[in-house]
Amino acid sequence: MNKTDVLIIGAGPTGLFCAHQLGIIGLQCEIVDNLDKAGGQCIELYPDKPIYDIPAVPECTGEELTNNLLQQIKPFNIKFHLNERVEELKKVENRWHIKTSGNQEFDVAAIIIAGGVGSFEPRKFPVKECEKFEGSSLLYSIKDKTIFKDKTVSIFGGGDSALDWAIELSNTSKVNLIHRRDGFSGAESSVQKVKELNDHGKLNLYTKYQMNSVSGNNQISSVKIKHDEGETKELQSDYVLGFFGLIMQLGPILNWGLNINKKTVEVNTENFETNVEGIFAIGDICSYPGKLKLILSGFHEGALAARGCFKYARPDEKLRFEFTTTSKAAQERLGVKK
Amino acid sequence: MAKITYHTHDDKTQTIDVQNGLSVMEGAVQNDIPGIDADCGGGMACATCHVYVKEDWLDKLPTKEDGEEDMLDMAYEPKQNSRLSCQLIVSDGLDGLEVTIPEKQA
Repeated sequence: MNKTDVLIIGAGPTGLFCAHQLGIIGLQCEIVDNLDKAGGQCIELYPDKPIYDIPAVPECTGEELTNNLLQQIKPFNIKFHLNERVEELKKVENRWHIKTSGNQEFDVAAIIIAGGVGSFEPRKFPVKECEKFEGSSLLYSIKDKTIFKDKTVSIFGGGDSALDWAIELSNTSKVNLIHRRDGFSGAESSVQKVKELNDHGKLNLYTKYQMNSVSGNNQISSVKIKHDEGETKELQSDYVLGFFGLIMQLGPILNWGLNINKKTVEVNTENFETNVEGIFAIGDICSYPGKLKLILSGFHEGALAARGCFKYARPDEKLRFEFTTTSKAAQERLGVKK
Repeated sequence: MAKITYHTHDDKTQTIDVQNGLSVMEGAVQNDIPGIDADCGGGMACATCHVYVKEDWLDKLPTKEDGEEDMLDMAYEPKQNSRLSCQLIVSDGLDGLEVTIPEKQA
């Protein structure tokens, strides 16, 4: 059991800055995120795209913003639990007990949900029968590529994941790459490589095709694809891989008794606490009259929620307002006191 | 102002007056039309505002930017007449536009 003051759910910019605010007022926290790295949407959706509305930062990319925030919270040695999704929570006297998908357990005084629009999960095929094969012969991510050796693999998608895996697996497997149009969103060099492999018969490229159906008993045996013009083809396949990026799902948060409105959690604007005492929500996931889904709003919400947690974590103490410029305590926590 | 007609997958149809300058996505979200999630808030980063545009409107709409076509690769059952509704900015010229919302967006 990890015992700490506050658990932050979500390592996007809002969660990261909130960790800083908790650190400044002397509270400990740990952060859980479903992705394999910190940064949330900034890293997953737009690492290279510019952001122009972070106060005092005229321009930065999602990746730069994330790196700067990680740098800013370094003095607090915050523990991250990545690739973990919070599944269950339970109130035990004045504390919360939390369990994650990887069976990590936490005992905390308060919880801050900074979950954006939910956890990122792979986008799936629209074809219904796919569910039956999911996890065995139909996959949305690859953990062990050796299973494909000498097999026939049909890969769907036109982004970098689809192209990279098509190229890689073409060395040891028979690969079909199926994409709904002639253009690809992946890197141009990979597109050229795929076309070369196709010309040399090392891979079969089918463009303007989409999945029509899959068939097989316990394992997939073939997949039927359909051209824009209506013509269909049946491809014998041992495995089907889908790379359509990630979608955001609210997931287990829906079951925690919180007031949810259009995929967001209702909060007050005094300290961003939800209808459940000791659970706060900040950033894109929270809603209140006038809410703006801006990173700067998330920072403000995090500063207030951090202070809102204080009474649960230190019930016998009073929180004094201080500036980092002059506060000896804050500077000690930051490790900058001379 | 333009009248935009939204057909949802449960065969309901709603026609809404949407102000110029708003997107077809915002027109749907502000009027609680189901099926347009718009998770990313209009940043062309999620494909959850995907719609099918009535065929005879296709040529009258602004052409897609590269990013939109890339994002449509991720949409649920994209077709020739697929667009991201966050990229369709309403003007008088769009008066009468009809869009159909896919059965689901995830």
